Amino acid sequence: MTAATRHYLDFERPIADLEAKIEELSRLSDTAGPGAFDQELAALKHRVEDLRREAYARLDPWQKTQVARHPERPHFVDYVSGLIDEFVELRGDRKFADDQAVVGGLGRFRGMPVVVMGHEKGHDTTTRLKHNFGMARPEGYRKAVRLMDMAEQFSLPVITFVDTAGAYPGVGAEERGQGEAIARSTERCLSLTTPMVATIVGEGGSGGALAIAAANRVLILEHSIYSVISPEAGSSILFRDRAEAPRMANAMKITAQDLIGFGIVDRIIPEPAGGAHSDPDAAIKAVGDAVEEELKALFKLSPDGILRQRADRFYAIGRKGVG
Amino acid sequence: MRTMADARDETPKDKPARPARGAGWLAKIAPGVRNLVNRRAETPDNLWIKCPDTGEMIYRPDLESALWVTPAGRHMRIAPPLRFKYTFDGGAYEALPVPSVVEDPLKFADQKPYPERLAAARKATGEPDAVALAFGGIRDVPAVVMVQDFAFMGGSLGMAAGETFVAGARAALERQVPYVAFCAAGGARMQEGAFSLMQMARTTLAIQELRRARLPYVVVLTDPTTGGVTASYAMLGDIHLAEPGALIGFAGPRVIEQTIRETLPPGFQRSEYLVEKGMVDRIVERSELNAVLGSILATLMLGRKTRAA
Repeated sequence: MTAATRHYLDFERPIADLEAKIEELSRLSDTAGPGAFDQELAALKHRVEDLRREAYARLDPWQKTQVARHPERPHFVDYVSGLIDEFVELRGDRKFADDQAVVGGLGRFRGMPVVVMGHEKGHDTTTRLKHNFGMARPEGYRKAVRLMDMAEQFSLPVITFVDTAGAYPGVGAEERGQGEAIARSTERCLSLTTPMVATIVGEGGSGGALAIAAANRVLILEHSIYSVISPEAGSSILFRDRAEAPRMANAMKITAQDLIGFGIVDRIIPEPAGGAHSDPDAAIKAVGDAVEEELKALFKLSPDGILRQRADRFYAIGRKGVG
Repeated sequence: MRTMADARDETPKDKPARPARGAGWLAKIAPGVRNLVNRRAETPDNLWIKCPDTGEMIYRPDLESALWVTPAGRHMRIAPPLRFKYTFDGGAYEALPVPSVVEDPLKFADQKPYPERLAAARKATGEPDAVALAFGGIRDVPAVVMVQDFAFMGGSLGMAAGETFVAGARAALERQVPYVAFCAAGGARMQEGAFSLMQMARTTLAIQELRRARLPYVVVLTDPTTGGVTASYAMLGDIHLAEPGALIGFAGPRVIEQTIRETLPPGFQRSEYLVEKGMVDRIVERSELNAVLGSILATLMLGRKTRAA
């Protein structure tokens, strides 16, 4: 990808400018003869890395929101292809339809048989439409319930990847009981007697995220966010103006670094220096390592212990260590 | 979770009507005129209440004896004390304590600091937060009842409401009695961020405790119930009743209209629509709630007793 086609966020402008210069210089170098600008190029590349590292080391909550939504950030399908062997997608809620905003199936995760599912946002216009930008309708949550039923039946652990702006607000979704579908999915997570590990890999948008994140362990990537309402929507309600979204992002404490102190997430998975999208393979591996570790620890618990640990985890939130 | 702004304003409280202050001679000869003049028709201090549907002026004592249901059938929003009074036999009940929680965990401020909003809501409602609990008999079936007050910051589900919901379920478990939840909320309390989101899971856990104990959990949906409340305990009842005409949905109508860029049909997301779509068992008039709830709870508890025997 060249600097012209790569997706840069606003705060990455200086990086974009520098990378464009590097490309220009490389082109000049090609015509001027091999190695003509090697020294300059190396220095510039070094400078870009520094800039990127610095920028990503001190992202504010609104910048993190942008990173969490970055179109090149690894999505569910990337995690599946990087981490799950013999993935067999299972489709449909057996009631009405198949909703591709939530994708799930069976597979092997580092040798372990698992049920895996997650929100998928899509990566280009065609797939974004197919997956409805990761905004699930009731059928998505009912498929999740069905897959969790199967996990229970066959004693399979459940791994989820959370990445949604929220459940889809549409007429059909309401008509078919969006609220009920989300509630039942959350309930099913909480009644599983097999281990469940959720990782917020992008956006954890409200109830539509929680529906597959009410897990024994909730992990979050370093620049992911988890929020009761999107900063934009919150801003339009409380400030009557979407433009206050950055302020809202700040006030709602939606970053991994805020949430770990509240006990709302259990573990932060560090991202590559320029964010998960700068080195997807490394990010995917880091997520895999963390999920494996958490799952293995949970295997030590009995089915009853699994239930109790999950209940204790959620009941404890807000009861201590706050304020 | 984004619908508080959709709410209509009418928030009658269980307070005696006081004569209008400062209205002078006009109020004495024509009390309704003052309402027309300064548009405070829905506030509790007035002797005349404007019907939100027809605009007709309703004499407050008449409205009170009709359980705050207008002649047009609108079930107006009522505060927890009135709800308890109408729900329990003979209006007799024991108020249960609500747990205290950490306040303002995020140190949140929008245009106003959150503690100021809380203080204002407390002053306006006389309640500590959006959810109240009571214990009493419903057609002689002892039950714990939870009531959510839309007048308190849109009934929003924060840590206090969530913890109170859990405490209500525990009180029902302790007494081995059914749990009835009157829901009314714009959704989660944004000022508590992800802490409010977590209440969706925490209240669900409490419902699971009731299920394991085979104690009935009955939901009564009242106007309005939307957002995170609809996506958790409001839709997890063994039985879902609804008052007539209540707005019930996940996304608020304004959010949906913005998404689809169309005007929604009349009746969309109202109680009657939810019955038709299979999400609500039955619409029950306010005056019938005590009888219907009593009957349902008695049947379920009889079945439970047979099993235990």
